Amino acid sequence: MSNIPEDLHYSKDHEWIRVEGDVGTIGITAYAQGKLVDIVFVELPRVGETFEAHQMFGTVESVKATSEVYIPVSGEIVEINETLPDDTEKFKTDPYGEAWMIKVRMKDAGEVNALLSAAEYEDFIKSLPE
Amino acid sequence: MDAPSLNQTPLNSVHRRAGGRMVDFGGWDMPVQYPLGTVEEHMRTRTHAGLFDVSHMGEFEVRGPGAIPFINRLCSNDVTKLVDGQAHYSALTTPRGTVVDDLLVYRFNSEHLLLVVNASTTGKDWDWIKSHHADEDVKLTNRSPDFCQLALQGPDALGILQQLTATPLEEIKYYHFREGEVDGVPAIISRTGYTGEDGFEVYAASDKAEQLWERILETGKHDTPQGVTPCGLAARNTLRLEAAMALYGHEIDEETTLLEANLGWITKLNKGYFTGREALAKQKEEGIRRKLVGFEVTERGIARDGQDVYVNGAQVGQVTSGSPAPYLKKNIGLAYVPVEFASAGQEIQIDVRGRKVGAQIVATPFYKRERAAK
Repeated sequence: MSNIPEDLHYSKDHEWIRVEGDVGTIGITAYAQGKLVDIVFVELPRVGETFEAHQMFGTVESVKATSEVYIPVSGEIVEINETLPDDTEKFKTDPYGEAWMIKVRMKDAGEVNALLSAAEYEDFIKSLPE
Repeated sequence: MDAPSLNQTPLNSVHRRAGGRMVDFGGWDMPVQYPLGTVEEHMRTRTHAGLFDVSHMGEFEVRGPGAIPFINRLCSNDVTKLVDGQAHYSALTTPRGTVVDDLLVYRFNSEHLLLVVNASTTGKDWDWIKSHHADEDVKLTNRSPDFCQLALQGPDALGILQQLTATPLEEIKYYHFREGEVDGVPAIISRTGYTGEDGFEVYAASDKAEQLWERILETGKHDTPQGVTPCGLAARNTLRLEAAMALYGHEIDEETTLLEANLGWITKLNKGYFTGREALAKQKEEGIRRKLVGFEVTERGIARDGQDVYVNGAQVGQVTSGSPAPYLKKNIGLAYVPVEFASAGQEIQIDVRGRKVGAQIVATPFYKRERAAK
């Protein structure tokens, strides 16, 4: 089964968030990467933009298609991974580390509680059609 | 995901076993990519060889003394110019000079042609051809279910296929074919393709598809990094796009004329009557107003099918196919634009989900293989 670190929270849209204080680091899961296979491009928001939970904040593109990426919590973008668009291999090699996409100052840390744990996310992707 | 209502090629279970990701392609359950991924499948076809299941395409047999005149009235290219064992690219045209379908016409002899048409239009094409068929000396047969079609493409294609056939492949010229055997299976071996590479399309009985598929992969050492790889429709699309070949439903359809689509080279206005000839001659005389062009994205972003094209802030056209080009490592596309903006070097913008991304019109094809000097 996919690689799903214990210490992260997950959305049903296949994003992960690592919470440190009031800042959340967000990326897409190894499962999502595996579905896309070849990620060749990524569009990120600008620092300072604000989003409500579950809004689209960017896109990842494979050769074949464009997929929207949704922010799992509300807040303001404080940092983006500027090297990622030029090195999309990182999605394959280190989806939960170097392939982080954005850091967000969370408006309401409680929103994290509505997300899935690693075990819940694993059950969720097992329930999906092949 | 089972989709029992979709059509299947004889290789459906082979694709599933190999981990092909299956999608609905014009009513057919087809692999869009294999576990290797589109980029690697594409690169392998450019540098070694790729194997494609194109059994979903339709085949119509046209026999009888009236076969050539009949097809010459329906198609834009000049069938009378074909010799036995030769094929050409052509189009079924509407009275307006637009495209019912693009197709290959194979000539076996003066009374036997084979038309190879797109999968999703096979039913429409068959009805179209039948509706024009009144000649007693022409016999039409829809042979689509009888044939499988495998495309082996890339610089290593000849070397791989030659190990499986006694037919001297080197002797088959581009857009020619021979009847022979592949791995003991009677087959039509055609030096054609849709990738911009050298290669062959092999037609054989449907029930031999699995044998041929497995033997070609085995012979091409598919389990090695320099071997042949099975390829899905996504790689087929990016390969044909780099070669700037039209895809029906994208660059050409019943709303685009052959001349607008840069298909003047298959539009033989001087051959005598064919459906749409008058409209096309008139359009040629008056000049086309829009034209299919290639473009390269010059800023960050990937153009996609259906996105709007802008010049100086005004919407002037639309992208028909847009994608990253894995071999060229650029983001490219084809689009219709007014002729005044169709010259190479023209700056355009593509509306990529609300963001205007710069692009430049370039000469096509984007990719042209280097041919060995003879």
